[in-house]
Amino acid sequence: MKIVREDGDGNVLSGIGRAGRLMAEAFAYMPHVLVNGDARRSMFSQLYSTGIRTLPVITVVGLFTGMILGLQVGLALRKFNQEIFLGATVMISLLREMGPFVTGICLSACVGSAMAAELGTMKVNDEIAALEIMSIPPVRYLVAPRMFALLVMSPLLAFYACVLGVMGGGLVGYTQLNVPFAQYMSSAMSIAELKDLFTGLLKATVFGVVICTVSCHQGFATRLGAVGVGKATQRSVIISFLLILMFGYMITRLFYFEF
Amino acid sequence: MIRFENVHKSFEGVKVLDGVTFEIAHGEILAIVGPSGTGKSVTLKHIVGLLTPDEGTVSVKEGARIGYLFQGGALLAWLTVRENVALPLKETTRLSGTEIDAFVDEALKAVGLEESADKYPAEISGGMVKRAGLARAIVRKADAVLYDEPTSGLDPVTARNIHRLIRAVNDERGLTSVVVTHDLSGACSFADRIMMLKDGRVVLIAKPSEFMKSELPEVRDLVSASKGEI
Repeated sequence: MKIVREDGDGNVLSGIGRAGRLMAEAFAYMPHVLVNGDARRSMFSQLYSTGIRTLPVITVVGLFTGMILGLQVGLALRKFNQEIFLGATVMISLLREMGPFVTGICLSACVGSAMAAELGTMKVNDEIAALEIMSIPPVRYLVAPRMFALLVMSPLLAFYACVLGVMGGGLVGYTQLNVPFAQYMSSAMSIAELKDLFTGLLKATVFGVVICTVSCHQGFATRLGAVGVGKATQRSVIISFLLILMFGYMITRLFYFEF
Repeated sequence: MIRFENVHKSFEGVKVLDGVTFEIAHGEILAIVGPSGTGKSVTLKHIVGLLTPDEGTVSVKEGARIGYLFQGGALLAWLTVRENVALPLKETTRLSGTEIDAFVDEALKAVGLEESADKYPAEISGGMVKRAGLARAIVRKADAVLYDEPTSGLDPVTARNIHRLIRAVNDERGLTSVVVTHDLSGACSFADRIMMLKDGRVVLIAKPSEFMKSELPEVRDLVSASKGEI
């Protein structure tokens, strides 16, 4: 029976190493999620809680992000009589940056924190140790279905946030800035490229992986009862936020910076 | 079946096990007693491999399957009792659904939980949670079962029933059992031998009758406390 798991030290580098190993293991177990009936059921349950349950939050955040962008950019453009570019500006901002970013933030706050709290509670209640003793790899049983769900749902939700954001920008343009909706959409569609869409979806996918890895790692590293669960939840959200910003910048630089 | 040889273990500089040596024979029930924080649960975790010794060796019979009953049961909240018991079979074997059902029914019958098989852990009592945890521990035809304070938080009658169950399951299935407990009088009713740990060291290992008669001051202290003497 191979069960060796002791809490490592608090070293940041060893923490990054453990998180990286957890992510690699979760990807390695991904085929199991697809072929095993129970794992598939668990995955569908995670798809539901990740996708459907966060839909109301993403709807509000996506719509208002587009409306705020539309209003701020529209007011600036109006000074130069360039409101015709409102659609293009909102579309580019949302596809490349804001859509994936707000989706990542929402998923981190709604889903990542819940993952860290759930796994942290399981850790302090010895349920993770029980799985190990039963020779059930906790990463296979608990992390892989969550990783799969975030891999699928994060880009879909980001796309949904972008669509709603563009609609919100158009609504503000039409009602506040007198920009006809057809003109707004024509401007938006003329500038958007497939590259923008795919870069945005790639960002959202990376954010999903980051959120799952960080949250599950923090959950597994939980110690010291209810206080530890609270700290793990807090740390998972903070670290996810920071990594979302860093990875967002790196992907933008990789795809849009002329070397 | 299980052997500890001069095992030392520290956590953040605090010595928890300090040269622990003992052996458990096949079919035996060993109860480990002693004050809180003296290394009883840490001893169990070494047997199952959740912890490794800093020094010394822990050896378990090659190929032995070990079940573990945690203090709180450690059942998964989103699974029913039946699903919890079936979990190790579903996840680690290639048995068919019918075969798994047969194993699960047998384990649930052994602990007397057939009636509550379809309830969730939150819907059953503390004693039933422990029994469900025991059913899960033995369902894979375990060779040894480790119990971490199986009667903590239970009323005396339920605790006595759990003690009877430990003895019955051990004898009927030919298991080896290690039971960490604070209940010395309860331990005398089901254990073949009792081991007392204090400050990470073995104070005494003896049969219950000999243990209760020991003149060692640490043992006398524990015995008198268990009798409610002030």
